[in-house]
Amino acid sequence: MQASNKIRLSWRALFRDPIRPFGVASLFLLMAFAIAPAKDHFSEWRHYQNAYLRLIHDRSDAGTLQRHFRPGIQQIWLPEAGVVDRCKTCHEGMAEAGLVDVKTQPFGKHPPIPHSLTEFGCVVCHRGQGVATTVAEAHDSTLAPEEPLLPARYMEASCGQCHHEALSGTPKLNQGRVMLARYGCVHCHTVKLPDGSTMMPSDEPPPLTHIAEKTSREWIYAWLKNPQSYSATATMPNFLLSDDDARDISAFLIANSAASGAAHAVLVAATATRTADPSAGASLYGESFCASCHATQNAAGDVVGGDLGPELTGIGTKVKPEWLRSWLRNPHEYAPGTSMPQYRWTDQQLDLLTGFLAAKSNSDFTANVHLDPATPEQIAHGRKLVAEYGCAVCHEIRGIRKPDNFAPELSRIGSKPLAQLVFTSGMNQTLPDYLAAKIQHPRDFGPGLRMPQYTFTSPQVDALSTALLSLTDRSFTMPQQWQVASPKRSNYQPAGHAGKLMADLNCQACHRMNGRGGDMAPDLSAEGSSVHRQWLNQFLANPNTLRPALIRRMPRFNLTDTERAELTDYIMTAYQIPGIDPDAVSDSGSSPALVEQGRQIFYSKYACQGCHMVDPKQDKGYVGPPLTTVGSRLTAAWIDAWLKNPQALRPGTIEPNRDMSDDDARALTAFLMAQKGSGKQEAKR
Amino acid sequence: MTRHLSVTGALALALLAGCSRHKAAAPALHATAAGSAIVVSSGDKQLGNPGTPLPQPIVVQVNDDQGNGVTGALVRFSAPAGVRFDPAAALTDSSGQVTTNVTLGDASGRYQLTAVSQDKKGKDLAVQAGAVAAGYQQQLGYELQKNYCSRCHDPESTPDQVSNYDNLAVKPHAFSEGDTFNKLSDADLAALVSHGGPAMNLSALMPAYGSTLSEADIRAVIAYIRLVSDPPYEPPGMVYAKR
Repeated sequence: MQASNKIRLSWRALFRDPIRPFGVASLFLLMAFAIAPAKDHFSEWRHYQNAYLRLIHDRSDAGTLQRHFRPGIQQIWLPEAGVVDRCKTCHEGMAEAGLVDVKTQPFGKHPPIPHSLTEFGCVVCHRGQGVATTVAEAHDSTLAPEEPLLPARYMEASCGQCHHEALSGTPKLNQGRVMLARYGCVHCHTVKLPDGSTMMPSDEPPPLTHIAEKTSREWIYAWLKNPQSYSATATMPNFLLSDDDARDISAFLIANSAASGAAHAVLVAATATRTADPSAGASLYGESFCASCHATQNAAGDVVGGDLGPELTGIGTKVKPEWLRSWLRNPHEYAPGTSMPQYRWTDQQLDLLTGFLAAKSNSDFTANVHLDPATPEQIAHGRKLVAEYGCAVCHEIRGIRKPDNFAPELSRIGSKPLAQLVFTSGMNQTLPDYLAAKIQHPRDFGPGLRMPQYTFTSPQVDALSTALLSLTDRSFTMPQQWQVASPKRSNYQPAGHAGKLMADLNCQACHRMNGRGGDMAPDLSAEGSSVHRQWLNQFLANPNTLRPALIRRMPRFNLTDTERAELTDYIMTAYQIPGIDPDAVSDSGSSPALVEQGRQIFYSKYACQGCHMVDPKQDKGYVGPPLTTVGSRLTAAWIDAWLKNPQALRPGTIEPNRDMSDDDARALTAFLMAQKGSGKQEAKR
Repeated sequence: MTRHLSVTGALALALLAGCSRHKAAAPALHATAAGSAIVVSSGDKQLGNPGTPLPQPIVVQVNDDQGNGVTGALVRFSAPAGVRFDPAAALTDSSGQVTTNVTLGDASGRYQLTAVSQDKKGKDLAVQAGAVAAGYQQQLGYELQKNYCSRCHDPESTPDQVSNYDNLAVKPHAFSEGDTFNKLSDADLAALVSHGGPAMNLSALMPAYGSTLSEADIRAVIAYIRLVSDPPYEPPGMVYAKR
């Protein structure tokens, strides 16, 4: 009772008059009602909209722009993609073609892209918080560090969420994806793609099962300590091993090596190889076009040659001559999956080449390595280290199982929440910065980490980060209509006895056939429809380049006549495409008038001499292959079909499609078929 | 009381002075010499991407009256907002040069980068270097022209890509030749690319690409040509829009 009295007393003390509480309450209510309009009035986006109106007010196209202007919050809502983007509220002019000259943000026009802004929204590509209406929250995701804007530097990552094929407008992303496979990232890190496939590595770590036959323990030690000091282009990264660890791993690998058996008989005969004449070896190296795949350092210190195989500058220090000779004779015996073709070198040629390569040494590499004989404890410790560092993820090692999921899966790394990342002190706390730092200095992120040290350049780190940032959660949940079909993967391998021969020669290391193979040399999927059997047979006997401007060429494999005939038969029959009927266009017997007509349109209407040569004395073009002997190489049916639509026969070829009429194509075909070679051409003149 | 105030005042002053000294200490560069001219040695007119470092650093050189490099001259770099220099200011080395790595801003288009040094009288010596950032469309155009056009249009021949330029009876124009390309409207250029030289009364050596490249591809190639043209291309609508 006393308490209620007290309340009544204090109430009366405050509001003596009954009208007073009413007045105070009304005042409070009024203020409460004013909060919302005031917040709205002073909101950030309204400030930008007013600034936009001021900007367009002074322009001559103000009328159009003002008509397009919509006040208030603007949003793009795409329910199936989960997109609610209010970016247009401030970025009022992003779709105004007239504002192309405006550089002040947020009013500039969006640069041209292949997608419609309203159909795709903003955050699908730019990330950030689409629903937010303040700059800080929309761009930097400050309220909860979820997903800030993707820096422009990594923009191509966004294309990669839907497009899994190589686009011509995204070189950085394409390079990054190639690198993930080429540098072995996907050996350790699983990357599953939205189509259900898994990214496959494209490098070839050699098996270590018989390594004692190939190299010395000292070399392994020096290599383990720093692979890049042997060859700057080495794929294997630096595991930053201590001297003792490198000693023990090398001890284990040598002790664990088994005899490969097959090669040994040949090796004994090879001891005299080093007496071979080096200049003859050098020319054999050149003739065999080893440089198409392997690089060497030239006198100027530049590394010149292909990167399909390892750099050979110090190969004499690395491998034992007996092993080298046996490898050159048949690489598949040592490494069944290698891309190195089995050249059919004669014993004398093998000696020559072995001698030439064995002389390429950088003896400094192993000069300071002195290892005592390995103890059983060292070998046991080496085995433990090999398991710990996951050597068997990449290399085949006897007695060590390939570990699964050795490193964290990266399938959704591009959406990794910041809260799950551990940053080093002083670094920018964003996902792209984390990825770049992790790629550059993986061991800085804590003790006990095993990720090795790579030697990537800054553009390479950018490319890799871009490829990783494209692996997002969103890429797995794209709405149906946005999904882009992944490029088809083919496991095609030539069949039968000829297929075995082509596997020995590793044709597919350079040539693509039916969707599988390398891209160094032409796609052969339509070869049987395009060339004459006789030409192909001769080409295989003595392959010379069709394009003088190209440095890389097809090697000569010293095939026997039977092998050549078999290969020719197989290519001529297996690699045909429908739609080219050899009988539809006659190979010979065109009238001289038609040939002359073809000559005229070749030089005038189509100006083919800009890129091709028919008369080497007069024509100079060498973008395309010379056509001096094209009549004996290509069939008339192929030339006719090619002239009408080159891209239909070889997608991506740079010869423009000239929409040639049947008559023009017939005349040009007749003219080109008359180019049989120098003898006939001169006789005609 | 007064003493108390004056102590506080002195403290505040000291704090302010400390702060300002701290700010000024960041560059900590004092020119030990001055030149009379500044030039860009290398890195001018590069093609880069938004928000990305330029492929090559920019090197400027400060020279004296005889044209020899001056060591110890202070060079400061400046550019529109968003462009970062590393370093933004430096002293010239023994050959009179300063090298800086440039990261372009987030917008595509042209960037003017300025390097400023001072002569003996304290007058500014400035030199400008251009850089362009290719957005998506221009990047696509760059890749397309590298594949289809540059074999003839690029007079530079390298072992990796041998140029066909010298072999042509009628010489094509390098895409940087703004004096030639700026006269052609987008529509004319598109017609030239899709229908070939004869369509615009030019050489038949320029083939028609209308059935090889899509319209979007051709627009991309034109966007690239506009980006790299020197002198810069001014779209006709801009004069009208600017009043």
